[in-house]
Amino acid sequence: MNVNTPNSFRTGPDENGLFGIYGGRFVAETLMPLILELEQAYKAAKADPSFQAELDSFLEHYVGRPSPLYFAERMTEHLGGAKIYFKRDELNHTGAHKINNVMGQILLARRMGKKRIIAETGAGQHGVATATACARFGLECIVYMGEVDMERQKPNVFRMKLLGAEVVPAKSGSRTLKDALNEALRDWVANVEDTFYCIGTVAGPHPYPEMVRDFQSVIGRETKEQMLKREGRLPDSLVAAIGGGSNAMGLFHPFLDDKDVEIIGVEAAGLGLKTKTKHAASITGGKPGVLHGNRTYLLMDDDGQIIEGHSISAGLDYPGIGPEHAWLHDMKRVEYVSATDKEALDAFQLCCKLEGIIPALEPSHALAHVMKIAPKKPKDHLMVMNLCGRGDKDIFTVADILGAKL
Amino acid sequence: MTTRIDRRFEALKKEGRAALVTFVTAGDPDYDTSLKIIAGLPKAGADVIEIGMPFTDPMADGPAIQAAGLRALAAGQNMKKTLKLVKDFRKQDKDTPIVLMGYYNPVYVYGVEKFLKDSKTAGVDGYIIVDLPPEEDGEFCIPALKAGQNFIRLATPTTDDHRAPTVFHNTSGFVYYVSVLGITGTKAPDLKSVKANVNRLRKHTKLPICVGFGVKSAEQARAIAKDADGVVVGSALVQAVEKSLTKAGKPTSKTAKAVHALVSDIAQGVRS
Repeated sequence: MNVNTPNSFRTGPDENGLFGIYGGRFVAETLMPLILELEQAYKAAKADPSFQAELDSFLEHYVGRPSPLYFAERMTEHLGGAKIYFKRDELNHTGAHKINNVMGQILLARRMGKKRIIAETGAGQHGVATATACARFGLECIVYMGEVDMERQKPNVFRMKLLGAEVVPAKSGSRTLKDALNEALRDWVANVEDTFYCIGTVAGPHPYPEMVRDFQSVIGRETKEQMLKREGRLPDSLVAAIGGGSNAMGLFHPFLDDKDVEIIGVEAAGLGLKTKTKHAASITGGKPGVLHGNRTYLLMDDDGQIIEGHSISAGLDYPGIGPEHAWLHDMKRVEYVSATDKEALDAFQLCCKLEGIIPALEPSHALAHVMKIAPKKPKDHLMVMNLCGRGDKDIFTVADILGAKL
Repeated sequence: MTTRIDRRFEALKKEGRAALVTFVTAGDPDYDTSLKIIAGLPKAGADVIEIGMPFTDPMADGPAIQAAGLRALAAGQNMKKTLKLVKDFRKQDKDTPIVLMGYYNPVYVYGVEKFLKDSKTAGVDGYIIVDLPPEEDGEFCIPALKAGQNFIRLATPTTDDHRAPTVFHNTSGFVYYVSVLGITGTKAPDLKSVKANVNRLRKHTKLPICVGFGVKSAEQARAIAKDADGVVVGSALVQAVEKSLTKAGKPTSKTAKAVHALVSDIAQGVRS
């Protein structure tokens, strides 16, 4: 462990929204009063048992929680080492973990009396989840999506439209997720009175990283309970994929103070870290900077200009990472590694064949790392991988790469 | 301690007129043309020059200034060259205040102390860093004030009487009042609300208040100059650059002239 190991890894952020030097509130003055208002509203909701009760009810009856903790028996046999469990968050309504956070934020928006919801989306999963919750509560929904991503993820664009959302193409810059975030922030400054910005990951200005983490932590809390019930003890290791890092933070956070639990985050190495620009591994291939309201590890050039990330998975090619991950990396509490496009694609196919589960390309990165380390672990090593999304949305991308015609 | 900015506003106060603050992006469309544009601004009627430091992800800017930043970056502009631009400008003009405006990341990556030292040497007088609100003053604002430079704050329609003291606490030079809710260059300011807000903010600060975001014409400038201490024009100038370019985005003989002509026109509005 590093020097100055804190008594707890679970107390952040501080009152300024900082995890060590990461996080903060780097936004234009127009947004400051809104962010302060949101912080107060979230504090009040968090302290109100009726808010949590309402959220729990929706998570159970609408989202379908708790998600199963599934023993991946054939994957375990195939790899011949650790006993592998999948946390099945791909079975949630809308097919990914994103809805956990969205339900929380939308219920908060309702409490605050906001009628217009905006969101950014990369692969479209957060956009679909937001459009879904907005439909459920009759709220206006505007989703910003990079023009390039709209082309790559046509089925999700249509899903959002079916759900009544307006999908607005982000045409500036590299026309991907980071630009969708810029456009959403531009919308917010222009519509401060009635608009709630529903951020999809553990990034952005304080209080978003904390709030999204809290809403996603249901993943880790359930895992803890389920594993204790199943095996009578905590897991030995946790593995999750990281773009912005919300599924990973949701799984990790409840375990951060369980010192014997090894925690591993897997970033997207795209075509390889050596390519410098053709990956999306902000921690293993980037350095600290300030973007989208927070200080964190970023992909950028020597002049501080942001480099667009690359990954086979549109959900991971964001040039930053949540600030709490940046801090956990510096504190050496969580180990951050990476998996390439090819490794993820191999894991994707193996999961289909061995377990009868088509995983999203995002958790396929986590599985790729499980495939690397599980064989070296003893058979009584309990490993949990967050299967945070299903792969239906990715079959077109995969078919394209495998040369299959649909 | 007074700065070039303080001296300029004092002089204009004696003259009894508002300042014209002009914004252009450093290195747009390329270094040489950009220097030519900036060098001609004082003669065209600019009292204070804001120079945009290009950034890939300008969250508070509209399409015109975003495009200008990307043009500059494509032409090879970087922070070193932006400081060189100021240095080159100072060779011929020792009096016109220069304010660098932009986003924090390129400054942070350059290194705050080194940036303050190098930019002061180059002849920069103040800074507007859009994504550094008072809550982050420890990052750059306090070091800048300690270095004897001005840190200019944006006040917005959301800056109510409760928020205003926080916004004006560590600020100097002048206040940039953002006249619309939204991004640069997209909506026209509502003159009535501008007047009311400027008068309201005066209760909280003695600094000159300049008004910008969406000012495009001499008429608007004239109307705003009646209530404010300065008028900021940015997107309109950057659009003038854009319109003058060839289809391939190259500068023409008209590029600098187009900007200077528009500045002269708006300056007449401010001065009348």
